[in-house]
Amino acid sequence: MRSVQDGAPLIGRRAVLAGGAAGLALAHSRALAQTFVRLPLGSSPRARALTKDFPQKGEMILQRSRPPLLETPFAVFDKGVLTPNDRFYVRWHYSDIPTTVDVDSFRLKVHGHVEHELSLSLSELMALPHVEMTAVNQCSGNSRGLFAPRVAGGEWGNGAMGNARWTGVRLSDVLKKAGVKPGSVQVRMHGLEKPPVAASPPFRKSLALDHAMDGEVMIAFAMNGEALPLLNGFPIRMVVPGWYATYWVKMLSDLEVLDKPDTNFWMATAYTIPDTPHADMMPGQTGVKFVPINKMVPRSFITNLQSGAKLPRQGKSLIRGIAFGGDEGVKTVELSLDGGRNWAAARLGKDEGKFSFRRWEADVTFPKPGDYMLQVRCTNTAGIVQPAVPNWNPAGFMRNVIESTRVTVA
Amino acid sequence: MKNLLARHCARFCVVAIAGLACLSEASAGAVPKLTTITVSLPDPLRQFQGADAAAINNNCLVCHSAGMVLNQPAMNKATWTVEVNKMINAFKAPVQKADVPAIIAYLVKHKGTR
Ligand code: HEC
Repeated sequence: MRSVQDGAPLIGRRAVLAGGAAGLALAHSRALAQTFVRLPLGSSPRARALTKDFPQKGEMILQRSRPPLLETPFAVFDKGVLTPNDRFYVRWHYSDIPTTVDVDSFRLKVHGHVEHELSLSLSELMALPHVEMTAVNQCSGNSRGLFAPRVAGGEWGNGAMGNARWTGVRLSDVLKKAGVKPGSVQVRMHGLEKPPVAASPPFRKSLALDHAMDGEVMIAFAMNGEALPLLNGFPIRMVVPGWYATYWVKMLSDLEVLDKPDTNFWMATAYTIPDTPHADMMPGQTGVKFVPINKMVPRSFITNLQSGAKLPRQGKSLIRGIAFGGDEGVKTVELSLDGGRNWAAARLGKDEGKFSFRRWEADVTFPKPGDYMLQVRCTNTAGIVQPAVPNWNPAGFMRNVIESTRVTVA
Repeated sequence: MKNLLARHCARFCVVAIAGLACLSEASAGAVPKLTTITVSLPDPLRQFQGADAAAINNNCLVCHSAGMVLNQPAMNKATWTVEVNKMINAFKAPVQKADVPAIIAYLVKHKGTR
């Protein structure tokens, strides 16, 4: 039996490894050879174990073992714009996740305010016209661990995101098949994940009907040309391009057309943001209106250098990374060598579509030896630019501050 | 893989319809065959440590492993109380009422702000 220990030990790692029954069991598990990464979080605990113990997954950062929260090690993003399936981050809310999915008996139910209820087999679903799109999937709380002051939740670094080429069918085609009745307002999505306690609110998310019918929202059965890994939602998941991943329901099994707005916990209480610019507010501020989280905002990262890197004084240094525009394409990526006073445009890589990561690179000559604060910022095609100061909200959502990387040139 | 995608793109991504620039009709060839899969997920091992851990171990490991709590930043008593109440009220955690003070005391002692 494989077992993994998640979470920073309270009494020091040695003591935990040696202590009691857990210690004995560990002697036979791969966990003994655990290596750790240090995430650049605002305060301790910053150490996280690296794990290869999850099915269909390579080395991942263990944020939580049950239900799995696995973060993509940041170096993966330097390798290309598509995040490999076996390194794609994993995020579940409830621990009762089917470990077997039978493709013959699997059904997607469509019901509620419709003309004909449907119960579609995978082959019936896949008989609809296929569409493809490259799109970023990013957790609403990506980078939550960098919030200051810190907030409770999944304490992610920057790796709760990934970019894949999704193949599937249009949600609108499925809804048309069922016939949406007049007076419908939303479509509620539900997957096979269940809480271990029956009374917990089931994880369900809703989209406005117009959004669901826009022809871009899809139900994907393939990711980077392969079946989805089970932990990324096999056999089918929602793809809601440009919107945070909370709407990309995994192991999608149920679509319910609603004639009233969804007020379930996961829409009305969880995953809500202050209705303010950058979803920003002051800690402790009262009287703030909250709305369901929705469109993503632009972000950009350096992927080939970490803070503390040493760069040569002579010649040019290649600096590269990734950017995405949120719900729009990338217009420009700019790099600053002086902490944001002066900016120069970086070269953009191939455009894989407006919802995709875009590679960028720049050849940099440093004027003199010393310490430099590199910054990178993305402006999307709607003209929205990353802010220079971080946002704050109590759930740690929508961080997209300009990233800074300190390097020494010698 | 890269090549495959590039070839694929050359054939299909050129159909740029206004407003749908990123969505393209896919070829039948790109569709993987879906086959039934069975996986096993690793067992979480860790329990909360210490002589004062009985209450938290008895009430807080039903829905998520200890890492959910251990990886949190240090928080003060008021914030930990809100968290425990959220588990009970929002997620319907079956927590023994009598154990609540001991759970909060454990969190404040081991994960409290100093
Ligand atoms: C009925 C199920 C259930 C039980 C029992 C439970 N929790 Fe949770 N807990 C959850 C869910 C669901 C989440 C959110 C998980 C996610 O977002 O992945 C959560 C998240 C958390 C978090 C992260 C911060 C947050 O608010 O999301 C902490 C800390 C936490 N729980 C502590 C506890 C403690 C302490 C106990 C024991 C009193 C407990 N939990 C018992 C369901 C439960």
